[in-house]
Formats: sequence, structure tokens, C-alpha cells
Amino acid sequence: MAIVYNSRLDAEEHGFHPLVTVLLPLLALLLQVYLPRFFHGFALFDLPLIVTIFFAVARRNPIAGTLTGAIIGLLQDALSGLPIGINGIAKSIVGFFAASIGVRLDVENSGTRFLLNFGFTLLSSLIYIVISRVLLGTESVIVWTHELIRALANALLAVPLFLLMDFTKRRNA
Amino acid sequence: MESFFGRYKNLLVLAAILLLQVTGLAMQVRRAAPQSGPDGRKVRLIRYWAVAAVSPLERFLLAIGHGTRHTWSSYIDLRHARRDNDSLRAELSRLRLEQASVAEDARQAQRLQALFGFKEHYIYKTIAAQVIGSSGADQSRIIYIDKGSHDGLKPDMPVITPDGIVGKVKDVFPSVSQVLEVSDQTSGAGVLFESTRIRGILRGNAAGQLQVINLLPDERIKPGDRVLTSGGDQVFPRGLAVGQVVSIEKDRERDPYIDVLLRPAANLSQLEEVLVITQLSDKMADSQQRDLSDAYAAAFGNRRASDVLSEKLPGTQAPGDAAAPDLAHPQDKNPNSVPITVKPPPALHPDRFSPPAAKAAAPKNPSGPPPQP
Repeated sequence: MAIVYNSRLDAEEHGFHPLVTVLLPLLALLLQVYLPRFFHGFALFDLPLIVTIFFAVARRNPIAGTLTGAIIGLLQDALSGLPIGINGIAKSIVGFFAASIGVRLDVENSGTRFLLNFGFTLLSSLIYIVISRVLLGTESVIVWTHELIRALANALLAVPLFLLMDFTKRRNA
Repeated sequence: MESFFGRYKNLLVLAAILLLQVTGLAMQVRRAAPQSGPDGRKVRLIRYWAVAAVSPLERFLLAIGHGTRHTWSSYIDLRHARRDNDSLRAELSRLRLEQASVAEDARQAQRLQALFGFKEHYIYKTIAAQVIGSSGADQSRIIYIDKGSHDGLKPDMPVITPDGIVGKVKDVFPSVSQVLEVSDQTSGAGVLFESTRIRGILRGNAAGQLQVINLLPDERIKPGDRVLTSGGDQVFPRGLAVGQVVSIEKDRERDPYIDVLLRPAANLSQLEEVLVITQLSDKMADSQQRDLSDAYAAAFGNRRASDVLSEKLPGTQAPGDAAAPDLAHPQDKNPNSVPITVKPPPALHPDRFSPPAAKAAAPKNPSGPPPQP
């Protein structure tokens, strides 16, 4: 099965019930702040990022992807104690590019999903560090081996989660 | 012909959203309160909305978890309760004796502090709080507790566990508060090494480890050394446990300084309950003073202590009293315990009442003559 679409018409656009649009990011945020209390290593994952990528590639609409990423990112900033906007910017950019790539790639393919999540987690980390150092002037240090492990873990988790979240999709006419 | 805005609609929306957020970030930086301090009013409002949306769900999940655990531990899993109870009683008795042996040191320290006009800050009042969530981000070490301004919490109050320091209150909402852990990169605390009294600044690194920074190489600092709060940061009271030295590394960016990595005394990755210090005082709390008096009395044999010890110590134990624990040889029952020897320290100004100068008391006889002075 080809993972690249020959034309825009091959790609299906999906929509979501309004409740799903609200509750799924909220659930991701809730689990993200709740589970590390019991499983300290869970902070390695970024569930809100996975949900951002999922919505973006399913809708295949860069504006919707950007807005979804911005809202989820800002909420995550509000909860994490980080300066408001740092994750908002990172996830806006990720949402935009994920939706743009979703138009060209077969995002139903598990291999593609894995690569998308791996790449976008790295991109998100890179944006985070650039904002921290350049805009905020902090002395944040990026440990690339840690970021690679983080990207790998996120990508591995994203594949089954995408399959679960597929049940919430509605095909647009 | 397609208009410019129609053609670049997606990119323009992205640019507008990024511009808005960058402006917001710039405003936060411009009003640059210290990063570890509370946020400005508008930022606080956004955090308040997010916390208000998520914290009820967190409390709900926590309540379910507690209910399940409580049912299991209180009604089902009681297999070792009797054995645990016995071992805890023995432990309590051992700790009482241990407390008695250090009581005089504490009194002496107090007298000397008063003599030199030194103001000690004691933990006067604390509030226990349940940890209900975390930041969920790898880059920030923040936890949420279930107490807020309604419970009297304020920003910058120190947060501890019985094992050691945890962090300080950052933002306070009506019923929830954010606590910035000492392992966060933006946190800071004044510390000193217990054995060498070298002072330093504690902060977290990118990996969430504790480190003491801005130290010049010193051969006296060794792995295993205990590190305590110095009280110099005006947040944590002096003398609280911070951690133990794990390793010493060169600071790559600031030669010749070194970084000393610590293992935290409190288990920061598995926090369930914490204590928020809401009041410090130059006097001890009533309960602390009572404990100290009890321990002092137990050590120096006034009437109450003799009552207590005569019931516990071998030799004064009534024959056949099998219920009394054998405190003289607690290690016989518990091979891991450390034998405790209670001995009063030598008196500073010995007199005829000081042991061993004091003679044994004569047996009391109500019908006999009154004792000679």
C-alpha cells in the first residue's frame, strides 16, 4: 500500500463530534498531569502533543490544526507552570505542519503515524528549546539522547492511541 | 484571480497566532518577576481557568484511588496487622529512649542560642496536604496539592515531608496550590554541607536532579555527605534535610566551579502527602515543647520519667509481666535495630546532686524521721 497520495482527492477529511473535540484534549491533559504522580517516567510522554497531531492529520486542515495546537498547548502551559505560550507556539507549529503533511501522506498507515509522531516530537522539543533560550533567555540545556528517547517513546505510544482515537472520527461528506 | 489573503490564508493564520503568543510571552518576560515566584494577574487568571477545569477531575480520580486502597488495606489486607503493630510499638519505645538521649543537647543548644542572642526559627504550624497532580511536563517540576488560599496558604511557603524539603508554594488558588519542587531548574534554596559547613545554592538541572552550584573545588566534600538547608534563602528554616552527595562534577560552563549532585532526602518522584509550613516562630510550638520536656524528664529521672522507665527497663520490670517489651535488648527481637544506650551528658557545673556524686535515695518510710538536708 502506497503511503503517498497521488492527488488531494485520495485523502479523506474527517470531522469529530463537538464533545469529542472538547473532551479528548481535556482527557489527554488530565492524564498527563495525573499519571506522573504514580508513574514518574510518564512525564516522558506528551499526550497533548499526540492528540494535537491526531486531530491535525485527521482534519487535514492547517488552520484547524494550528488552532487546535494553540489551544491545547496554552492549556498545557497553564497547568505545567511554564510561561504561557511556550507549548502553545510549539504545538501551533506542529499542528500546522501535521495538517499540511496529512494532505499528502496516508496517515492511516501505522508506519507513517510512527514516523510522524517521532518527527513532530523532535520538532516540538527543538521549538521549545529555541523559545526558552532565545525568547526567554533561560539557560535550558537540551540533552539530545533524552529527546530522541522521548520521541521514540511518544511515537510508540501514539500508534495504539491513534487506533483507539480512530473510533471517534466521522467521515466528512 | 485569487487574492493574496485567500492564497496564503493558512500561513497568515499561523503567523497571526504565533505573533499573539510571542507577544504574550514577551509581556510575561517584561514583567519579569522571578521565575520561581507567583505569576502576574492575567497569567494567573489563565492558570486559574486551566486548574479549575482539571482539578475537580483529579480530585475525583484521587478519591476513587483512595477508596479502593482504603477498602483493601482496612478490610481485606490485614494479614500482617498484628505483627506490624508489635513492631511499631517496639519502634516507638526505642525512639522515645533515643529522643531522651538527645533532649539535653537540645536544651543546651537553646541556652547557648539565648546567650548569644541568636534567633532560631522553629516550625510552628504546618498544614498537611495531599498531592493531587503534577505538571505533566518533562521540563517543569511542579506538583498540585489539595490546599489553597481557603486553608491559609500563601506563595513562597516552604513545603516539606518528614524526610526532607520538597519545594515552595508558587501559585495559590482557592482550593488548590502549585508547588515548585526544589528539583526544578528555576528553583533555588540556600544549603550547607553538614560536616564541613560549606554553603552553596541548590537548584535543579535539566534532568531533574538536585545540584549545589557555584562551589569551588574542595576536597572535604565527599559522596555520602549530608546537605541541610542553611536558612539563608528566607524560605526554608535552617537545618532541614535536603539530600546526600552522590557525585561531584566540574561545571563545564564555569571553570573552576564544581557542581555537586545530590540524592534528595524526600522521595520527590513518589510524593503523596506533604506538609506546608504556614508559620515559623522563634519559639517552639507547644507540642514540641511538651515532647522536649517529656524527653528531658525521661532522661533525668523525675517522677514522671521514672514511672515511664520503671515500666520499660529491665530489672524494674515486674516478674511475669510478659506484655512489657524487652527494651534492653530490642535487637534480640529485631536484628536490624541499633542498640540504644541512654546516658545523661556530664553536667557543666557539677554539684552534689550531679550523678555520680548524688547518693542513692533512702527508702521512704512515712513513720520514720524526716530526711536530713
